[in-house]
Amino acid sequence: MENNQRLKLKVYTSLSFPLSSLPRQTPISSPFSHFSPVQYKRVPLGFAKMASSVVDLPPKGGFSFDLCRRNEMLEKKGLKSPTFLKTGTTIVGLVFQDGVILGADTRATEGPIVADKNCEKIHYMAPNIYCCGAGTAADTEAVTDMVSSQLQLHRYHTGRESRVVTALTFLKKHLFNYQGHVSAALVLGGVDITGPHLHTIYPHGSTDTLPFATMGSGSLAAMSVFESKYKESLSRDEGIKIVVEAICAGIFNDLGSGSNVDVCVITKGHKEYLRNHLLPNPRTYVNPKGFTFPKKTEVLLTKITPLKEKVEVIEGDAMEE
Amino acid sequence: MTKKHANWSPYDNNGGSCVAIAGADYCVIAADTRMSTGYNILTRDYSKISQLADKAVMASSGFQADVKALQKALSAKHLIYQHQHNKQMSCPAMAQLLSNTLYYKRFFPYYAFNVLGGLDNEGKGCVFTYDAVGSYERVGYSAQGSGSTLIIPFLDNQLKSPSPLLLPAKDAVTPLSETEAIDLVKTVFASATERDIYTGDKVEIVILNASGMRREYMELRKD
Repeated sequence: MENNQRLKLKVYTSLSFPLSSLPRQTPISSPFSHFSPVQYKRVPLGFAKMASSVVDLPPKGGFSFDLCRRNEMLEKKGLKSPTFLKTGTTIVGLVFQDGVILGADTRATEGPIVADKNCEKIHYMAPNIYCCGAGTAADTEAVTDMVSSQLQLHRYHTGRESRVVTALTFLKKHLFNYQGHVSAALVLGGVDITGPHLHTIYPHGSTDTLPFATMGSGSLAAMSVFESKYKESLSRDEGIKIVVEAICAGIFNDLGSGSNVDVCVITKGHKEYLRNHLLPNPRTYVNPKGFTFPKKTEVLLTKITPLKEKVEVIEGDAMEE
Repeated sequence: MTKKHANWSPYDNNGGSCVAIAGADYCVIAADTRMSTGYNILTRDYSKISQLADKAVMASSGFQADVKALQKALSAKHLIYQHQHNKQMSCPAMAQLLSNTLYYKRFFPYYAFNVLGGLDNEGKGCVFTYDAVGSYERVGYSAQGSGSTLIIPFLDNQLKSPSPLLLPAKDAVTPLSETEAIDLVKTVFASATERDIYTGDKVEIVILNASGMRREYMELRKD
């Protein structure tokens, strides 16, 4: 929560009117702290005349931010909310001549400690769509799992291959609903009937459509590679090379990223998941003699005392009667 | 209108780990050479080890600007000592001086976590470990810095030292040979680098013994 509130909202600078002139404005930096309970009371249009009979309760489908306000109050009183496993990450994607290539590092951190040296950050969405996740590990995992099952059901219903925009819409709707509290920053890529697509999705639900994209704490290091090397209609091998180089830039220059390089190549009707495509960080030293852990746990007692039986077990067929 | 208090701090943490092991006739002092801030690496080749006297070597992690100032203050004081006594300061004397220098800034401390290693007057290895305000203790081995929480339990397991409360007092030095101690230091740094994001790039190992001082380097993971 603390982290989310420090996140800068992405604002479109092309707004032709000042934000302050918007009706019923709420401060952009913290939409919750100024949300007064009066605003819960939403009267359906058709019942405007019966307003007096409407009970003062949050109507169906509305949001309740009670818990956010409670948590804010508790934090002010000194409660420490639990910390999460963050994948301080480098994830990238690019469009090449016959599809999309996604890439990710494999380090997951918990503060300054490496929690997982070889985790998977390229998630399955549909047979033709994959999604890289950065942010809170649980959130990226949960949100991609949830949307991939929605896409599966959608495919059963329509009998057609999933489209990338469908996945994009599911993801952004969910993230927007949670107002940035689901901290998942995603790079979504795939090839569908309308061609190859690459998108980035921010934790607040805004999206971009791009020919090449980076996300996570190593995004600047990776983008420096893309900005200097990317061109249109790259071949498969050139594309993989640039993606690997971008991820390596993140691995070596960003402390939140590290270990190995995962790559996923998606083309029309085909995909290739190259798990641990490159392992640039082997262990540097192993003690040639191994280790001894001298003293065993001492055995104090070898007598076995059987437990008293409380129930008498009767032999027989369980389905008898 | 809520009051906004100062957002700026004079301190930073540049990470890194320091280890020292004392043996019967040697002392090994080691530190990695990565200097970082936040998620950025500032340099991959910065020495955290400084030789304060012929037989006293200090390894320091924390805020490297403060460390530099501390090293300067100590070397100035050591120079005066040499002029007054016409000899090098012993390691236990340097240990007391370091403690005093740190405590002198009790209410605006040097943000430095030090281990001091060397040879005492009998030529035995000695290690002194400190907090930022000068509390210190003579031990057989020690680790400080960002990877210390990973390193100390491993050293405890491998080099169980006698309790300092035992009577009669026992030697704190470890039973290892010099090469075994160097092997252990290499292992410890390779392992800490696996799990601590602020430790890496290279480890600098200084070995002090009767024949003088020697330096070794070993490459570590660079991610």
